[in-house]
Amino acid sequence: MTYRTGYSRVAGLGSAREGVRHWWLQRLTSVALIPLSIPFVLIFGASLGQGRDIAIQAFGHPLAAVATILFLVAGFHHLQQGLQVVIEDYVLARRTATILHIINLMLCWAFAIVGIFAVARISFGLAG
Amino acid sequence: MVQLTLPKNSKIRVGKIWDKPENSRSPRQFQIYRWDPEGDDNPRIDTYWIDENDCGPMVLDALIKIKNEIDPTLTFRRSCREGICGSCAMNIDGGNSLACIKGISEVKGAVKIYPLPHMSVIKDLVPDLTHFYAQHASVMPWLETRSNTPQDEWRQSADDRRHLDGLYECVMCACCSASCPSYWWNSDRYLGPAALLHAYRWLADSRDEAAGERLDDLEDPFRLYRCHTILNCADTCPKGLNPAKAIAEIKKKLVERTM
Repeated sequence: MTYRTGYSRVAGLGSAREGVRHWWLQRLTSVALIPLSIPFVLIFGASLGQGRDIAIQAFGHPLAAVATILFLVAGFHHLQQGLQVVIEDYVLARRTATILHIINLMLCWAFAIVGIFAVARISFGLAG
Repeated sequence: MVQLTLPKNSKIRVGKIWDKPENSRSPRQFQIYRWDPEGDDNPRIDTYWIDENDCGPMVLDALIKIKNEIDPTLTFRRSCREGICGSCAMNIDGGNSLACIKGISEVKGAVKIYPLPHMSVIKDLVPDLTHFYAQHASVMPWLETRSNTPQDEWRQSADDRRHLDGLYECVMCACCSASCPSYWWNSDRYLGPAALLHAYRWLADSRDEAAGERLDDLEDPFRLYRCHTILNCADTCPKGLNPAKAIAEIKKKLVERTM
C-alpha cells in the first residue's frame, strides 16, 4: 500500500537523459548491415563445405578479413542493442532484467571478440 | 515477465441475457462488459437487444437507450456526444473508439463493447485514467516561456500555426495509449502515444521557449523509446491523428541536437 500521487509515480526517478545514442546506433548498424551482409554471405557461402584450406584461403584475403570484421562488429552491436530492447520490453522484474542485461552484454561482446580474433588469426597467417 | 493471461478474479464469465424485444423489425444484439467493484463477482458479459429502428445511429445512442429503458445499472462515461470531449472512449468491436462517433452500422453482427484495454476498471465501461492524466501533466502541456510577457500577446505566424495541425485536435480520450502494446507492458514508465503527442505539440509551437528542457525530460529509454512504431495509435485514433509520427519527430529532434 502506498499513497504516492499519480504525478509522483509518473515522475519516478526522473529522465535517464540517454537513449538517443542507442536509438541512433541501432539504426546506423541496421543500415550498415545491408551492404556488409553481402560480402559476408558470399565469402562464407563460397567456403561452406569446401574444407579447412579453402576457408582459410577465403578469409585470409585482407579485404575479406576487413569486411568480415566490420560485419561482426556491426552485427553483434546490433544484436546486443536489439536484445536489450527485448529485455526492456518484456522482462518487468528489475533484478531479472539487470541480470539479463549483463549476460546479453557479455555474450555479445564475447562472440564478437572470438569472431574477430579468429579472422585476424587466419588473416595474419597464424591458423596453420 | 509480461503477464499474458488474466488473473483468476478477472476472467470474464457469461452474464445476464436480456429478452429480445417483441415485434422488433430490426433487432440488434449488444454484448457488454460488466463489472461491479462492490461485489466479489468476476466480470461478466451481459447481452442486450435493442430495436435499431427505434434508436439513434451511434453506439452511444444504443448505450443510452439500454441504460434508460433496459438496465439503469449499466455504467459508462459520456458528455458531448459529438467526438469533442473524449469521455466515451471504449473498445467497440475489437477496436478503441468513441462510442458517440462510431456508427452501429459500422459493426457487423453483435456489437461487443469492453472498457479500454489494459487499464484498471472503475466500473463496467469506465476506466481509471488517473495515471494517464498524470502522464499528460508530466510533459508540461502549456506554453513555457522565459522572455518578458508581451503587452498584447505571444505572436505566431500563420505558417508557424500550421505546424500545430494534426496535434492540437487531440481530445485525450486515451484510445491510442490503450491500444499500444508497449503501453500495455510498460505503462508505469512509458508515457504512451497520447502524452507524447502532446509533448510534441508544445515542441512544435514556435512561441514555446523550453524545447531543451522538454527534450531533456523525454530522453529516456522508457519514457520515449518504448515506442517501436507499431502504429496501433494512428490506426485507432478516432480523430484521425498520428501520434506515431509525432513521436518520430521528437526522436528526430533529439538526434538533431547531437549532430
